[in-house]
Amino acid sequence: MAQGNNSIKKVLIVAFSLCIVCSVIVSTAAVALRPAQQLNQELDRKTNILNVARLYEPGMDVEEAFSTQITARVVELETGEYSDQFDPDTYDGFEAARDPATGRTLSGERDIAGFSRVEKFATVYLVGDPENPDQIVLPIRGQGLWGRMMGFLSVEGDGNTIVSITYYDHAETPGLGAEVNNPRWQAQWEGKKIYSEEGDLSPEIHLTKGGASNEYEVDALSGATLTSNGVTNMLQFWLSEEGFAPYLAKFRSGTEPSDAEDTETDFDDVEGA
Amino acid sequence: MADVNAKGVLTAPIFKNNPIALQILGICSALAVTTSMSVSLVMSLAVIFVTSFSNLFVSLIRNHIPSSIRIIVQMTIIASLVIVVDQILKAYAYEMSKQLSVFVGLIITNCIVMGRAEGFAMSNTPGMSFLDGIGNGLGYSFVLMVVGFFRELLGAGSVFGFTVLPTIQNGGWYVPNGLLLLPPSAFFIIGLLIWVLRSVNPEQVEENEFKMKHNTKPKEAV
Repeated sequence: MAQGNNSIKKVLIVAFSLCIVCSVIVSTAAVALRPAQQLNQELDRKTNILNVARLYEPGMDVEEAFSTQITARVVELETGEYSDQFDPDTYDGFEAARDPATGRTLSGERDIAGFSRVEKFATVYLVGDPENPDQIVLPIRGQGLWGRMMGFLSVEGDGNTIVSITYYDHAETPGLGAEVNNPRWQAQWEGKKIYSEEGDLSPEIHLTKGGASNEYEVDALSGATLTSNGVTNMLQFWLSEEGFAPYLAKFRSGTEPSDAEDTETDFDDVEGA
Repeated sequence: MADVNAKGVLTAPIFKNNPIALQILGICSALAVTTSMSVSLVMSLAVIFVTSFSNLFVSLIRNHIPSSIRIIVQMTIIASLVIVVDQILKAYAYEMSKQLSVFVGLIITNCIVMGRAEGFAMSNTPGMSFLDGIGNGLGYSFVLMVVGFFRELLGAGSVFGFTVLPTIQNGGWYVPNGLLLLPPSAFFIIGLLIWVLRSVNPEQVEENEFKMKHNTKPKEAV
């Protein structure tokens, strides 16, 4: 090593210039690549929504298919009515849950899906005609075995028949719990019913061991009891009165949810802010 | 290392002086990212990139690094490179970066990178250091790919995502071994791999640090 490298002056010069150089490189990379990253995240979300609505085919133009077939709306969970307070393209329910204004705390018994706070508004995706949708895609999340599972559930326009379920973010064991995304397992969900009685707001749908025997049961994942419990719990939560039940009830009874205020707002024209 | 020649520097770490198998460095990431071969491959490329360039940059400024802050200087260079790799993966290989998740960031703490910067790049020319980085990255990759191959084949019945053994879940005949999908299985495979490497190259076997005394006869033990 060269002489004088350890003088205080030299140490400061080396440390300072290294920090400058490194921070320039790191921030350049972060800023230059951000648009591509956001595009990816957006594309990933849209792909998952199309996928759960069974509209996705490999190699399709996701943006094109999404913008022509799917309308995003924000729903007030408590009333089940649409809300125009938020822009559905940018509203993030998970973030909103933490905000005291848009989220609320769940206490002990009611917190079956394992998150302490839940949002008051949620984004839903309507497939086909927004006034009379073919399918409704609902965001769901809850605790699995190893961590939070985030996914989508698609329901037919009758508000009671399941089309499919998918998870886009989870940390379940590969080969066991991660089989939630196995197409063969997902295919079982098609045609299952959520509620058994007219006007009932508590969901019947659940996973069961040893083979599904009726239309409210889905075969659980073998070797993944805790993941299966997590899936059941989050469905029980999100489809109950705490979640989307009031909203889905409108479809079940045939009265479409109305817009809270301004019915003229056309969200198709709103570009991602 | 006294004799520094390009070919030796590049190839020695693959079998003769493998960072995982002989130096037993970088085990943690080898356990975490080897459930499938494609993930192992991306992780390998990321580590090769980081070891080679961190070695290059550390070596370039090695004569100006004050010894009192040399570890921090190396760490800063490595961390910057890792962040750049992470950002690039998020932008151009989003699916991969989702699967690798936190482990790209954890390359920073991969002992191989730090070990080569401190052990080689601080005392060798930039060109050699760069090659040494690639060599060690390749040595790491070799182990990762072998471990990934066995774990994916026996645990999920596929290689690079292509089905080789159709599993029961997908209507085939093969009952996948769930253990191989869990991190501990990598210990067994790495252990067996080290055994094979040391049987082929007996000079890798370390001297016993102490001799075991035969103080118990087999008959007495029972």
